[in-house]
Amino acid sequence: MSTAELHTLTGAYALHALPEDERLAFERHLGACEACAQEVRELSATAARLGLAVSVAPPPALRERVLRDITTVRQEAPASGRSARAGGSPGRAGRWSTYALAACVAAAAAFGGVAVWQNQVAQDARQEAARAAQHNEQVARVLTAPDAATSAADLGNGARGTVVVSQSVNRAVFLASDMARPPGGKVYQLWFDDGGTMRSAGLMDPSATDDAVLLDGPVDRASGMGITVEPAGGSEQPTSDPVALMEFQDA
Amino acid sequence: MREAVHISGVPSSGPGLQDLLVQVARGDQEAFTQVYDQVSGPVLGLVRSVLRDPAQSEEVAQEVLVEVWRTAPRYQPSRGGAMNWVLTLAHHRAVDRVRSAEATAAREHKAALLDRTPDFDEVSEQVESRLEREQVRRCLRTLSELQRESVTLAYYRGLTYREVGELLSVPLGTIKTRLRDGLIRLRDCLGVNA
Repeated sequence: MSTAELHTLTGAYALHALPEDERLAFERHLGACEACAQEVRELSATAARLGLAVSVAPPPALRERVLRDITTVRQEAPASGRSARAGGSPGRAGRWSTYALAACVAAAAAFGGVAVWQNQVAQDARQEAARAAQHNEQVARVLTAPDAATSAADLGNGARGTVVVSQSVNRAVFLASDMARPPGGKVYQLWFDDGGTMRSAGLMDPSATDDAVLLDGPVDRASGMGITVEPAGGSEQPTSDPVALMEFQDA
Repeated sequence: MREAVHISGVPSSGPGLQDLLVQVARGDQEAFTQVYDQVSGPVLGLVRSVLRDPAQSEEVAQEVLVEVWRTAPRYQPSRGGAMNWVLTLAHHRAVDRVRSAEATAAREHKAALLDRTPDFDEVSEQVESRLEREQVRRCLRTLSELQRESVTLAYYRGLTYREVGELLSVPLGTIKTRLRDGLIRLRDCLGVNA
């Protein structure tokens, strides 16, 4: 769903009328969009007025039960920056933040100016595509370098890994095919083997089973590479036995 | 078309509810008693409009009111009014209950859902809430029929916008925008600031 479409959900969100998955997507958007958060605050307050209008006189027995209950119910510790979803909380920003924020700055400047907004979204999409293209270009430079050297390894369970190194480009690309997804909460981390010392070369996209990954950083004097399973976010040093170790070939 | 109906400058969230809730957050049971007296009527009324069943409504209202006590430390005055916070919580709990698997199976027939309008005629002794009810009723009349139906089915009956769309045989995109522009019109009519 596009950012512009997400923004029309302020009303449904304030009325708690979004299915769970759309609510979560919208809250991610909300975390980065102050204009949307403000509108949600106003519309939630409006919805609460609808609630006030159906007020009834509660039975005295309810009062007794509630006042008795609270003497045995422990209160939560004061929140430290935690956000409840009630009252239009900003929620998590995550990877959305940069471009959703850019879209919202445009929207705040011209609220209701959908053309401005959409233009901004389109521009963000172009930048995203440009980043992807740049990445692909670097991968292509390694793969097509005259001195590209390939080594392959069997990663078990039918998965294969291939590493292509170009000393002239000084970069390496790891190609995975049919790799099992890492266990929940884990990622595959790539390493350069600097004569027995492992140097992090980035993480693989945990949702991809086929991937071409440009290793982070220069090859320099690395003699090979390794893959380990690490906690989400990666580790400074490998914390588990390698899934695979591959020696770089000379061109 | 817009009729501004300001009866009082401040919505009837009662004097000092926000301050009382801050005291409750520090474990003040006496302050909670006063909070209870201000919010229990709206909480029970809202839960009952969504759940209909009186016994189940009282049970959920009790859970909500105890949750107000338990989670009062989470309330942040900078994020909005205290009554808004409490009623948002109540609405979430009521809707969660009505959407649980058992409740969905027993969901009323389409005709019954459409037939029922919110209980604006429920008796309440508080003058304040009678005025509030009158103001909301007048503002709801400023909405288009589709806006009003969409907003009331979503809020008072706890339907998702998809359910509203199916019930009214209206495209989902239209429902989303009607929920938004209906609430915006209500906001302007009621003079809500947040």
